[in-house]
Amino acid sequence: MVIDTRRCVGCMDCVVACKTENSVPEGFCRDWITETVHGEFPTVQLEIRSERCNHCANPPCVDCCPTGASHVHERGGVVLVTPEKCIGCKACLAACPYDARFIHPDGYASKCTFCIHRVEQGLLPACVSVCPTHCMHFGDADDPLSDVSRLLASRPNYTLLPEAGTKPGVYYLT
Amino acid sequence: MTEFTNFRHNPGLDPAVHVWGWEIPVYLFLGGLVAGLMIIAGVRLMIMRPTARQALVCCTIGPLAGLALLSSGMLALFLDLTNKVNVWRLYLTFEPTSPMSWGSWILLLVYPALLANALTHLPEAIPALAKRVPAFVKISDYILARPRFVVGIGLANIAIGVALGIYTGLLLGTLGARPLWNSAVLGPLFLFSGLSTAAALLHGILVLSTPDNERPEFADFLLSMLTRWSEAKPLDIRIAPTLAQADNSFLTIELALIGLLLIGHLTSTAAHQAAAHLLLNGPYAAVFWVFVIGLGILMPLFLQHLELRHRIRHTIAPSLLVLCGGLVLRFVLVAAGQASHWTTALH
Repeated sequence: MVIDTRRCVGCMDCVVACKTENSVPEGFCRDWITETVHGEFPTVQLEIRSERCNHCANPPCVDCCPTGASHVHERGGVVLVTPEKCIGCKACLAACPYDARFIHPDGYASKCTFCIHRVEQGLLPACVSVCPTHCMHFGDADDPLSDVSRLLASRPNYTLLPEAGTKPGVYYLT
Repeated sequence: MTEFTNFRHNPGLDPAVHVWGWEIPVYLFLGGLVAGLMIIAGVRLMIMRPTARQALVCCTIGPLAGLALLSSGMLALFLDLTNKVNVWRLYLTFEPTSPMSWGSWILLLVYPALLANALTHLPEAIPALAKRVPAFVKISDYILARPRFVVGIGLANIAIGVALGIYTGLLLGTLGARPLWNSAVLGPLFLFSGLSTAAALLHGILVLSTPDNERPEFADFLLSMLTRWSEAKPLDIRIAPTLAQADNSFLTIELALIGLLLIGHLTSTAAHQAAAHLLLNGPYAAVFWVFVIGLGILMPLFLQHLELRHRIRHTIAPSLLVLCGGLVLRFVLVAAGQASHWTTALH
């Protein structure tokens, strides 16, 4: 996933769409907005980001799971949780440097799935499909012809906490 | 200047991470204590190579206490799970990258190893129990008639004890998202902390079992009731100075490992330095310096040194201090570890 921070206005449509699409319980969220203000007046810069699970290529949440409930999708690129296997030990919550997981009121660990049920039908994740500024792009970063690959090749970008060594799969354009 | 605003509000994560409460520190403490009891019991069993039954605090009372303590620890761990009905899933798979998966299988091996160690000398330590269950005597005779079996039980206790003690530290140490925990030193630190608490527990039991004119009558009454019920013979108290000496060695190593942990963090990334400062001069500093370093390590070191030099008599004070210090160490590290974060250095 690629998110253009120059287009994001922090409207939280993505948050509402995710909660609706995935029946996220009240009081919880799988994606959220952050605002970072750099500098001092009058040279102040505001950056707004839509954040979620980074679906890391080196996911510590999967490594630490004692039951195999946390796993990578068979086609790669998406980190998922099988609620029926999760014991609620919370090791994955402690292992995630992005604090992207939470304990669902039913007891299992929950997080963003990139709306895999929609993607498998050829649809975009709910957050991407509703974004009014089209700041979010979804695709295969390993395919050099995909939109996300072209955007990453043409614009400066970064990932969150690269120093944590998790190889995040969500990129932010600046 | 950088100002960061997060509009997320997930319970347990915001505004500060608090996914593990009292259950995990209690489990880590009891796990470490049992690991120490296993190692001491294994070493004692191997060094002695006894052919006759003896009333041994290390090889009978320790492992029996270990069985009860480990069960309590596992109960605490179970209480922490939010999806308890799926707990059996732990034993349908082995995940080699998950310390918790390693731990769940190691815990299965702890029970038979501890039980074998306890049964070796049980008829002498608790005759009343042996009278009611004659099988205990047969098992003890069977084990003691085979010196190689005795050595095997000792070795198994040492090996599984080391694995259990290190696992309790690596459970936290492998979680790279929390800089304070992210150190391999936590494995040996929790192992030696477990050894020191185990030696302190056994030393305390020996002190309590020794006749003492200055002990309150009520305490004497309780102890005599316990002795009368079990028909136990007096424990061999000659090992008390050895346990105190061993405890001082373990405490010294534990202190050195805490120093190494902090040096490692202070010479690492900004996030690790911020994590170390949580303990050194941050919100957890008072508890860390007073209850872990001061009362939990230095004070019992000093008291046991005086005991060994025959300046003061053996009391349960150092044992209680070491046990409380070990428990507080786990509480402080679990709480401070959750407060440490990669983004802390940026804010």
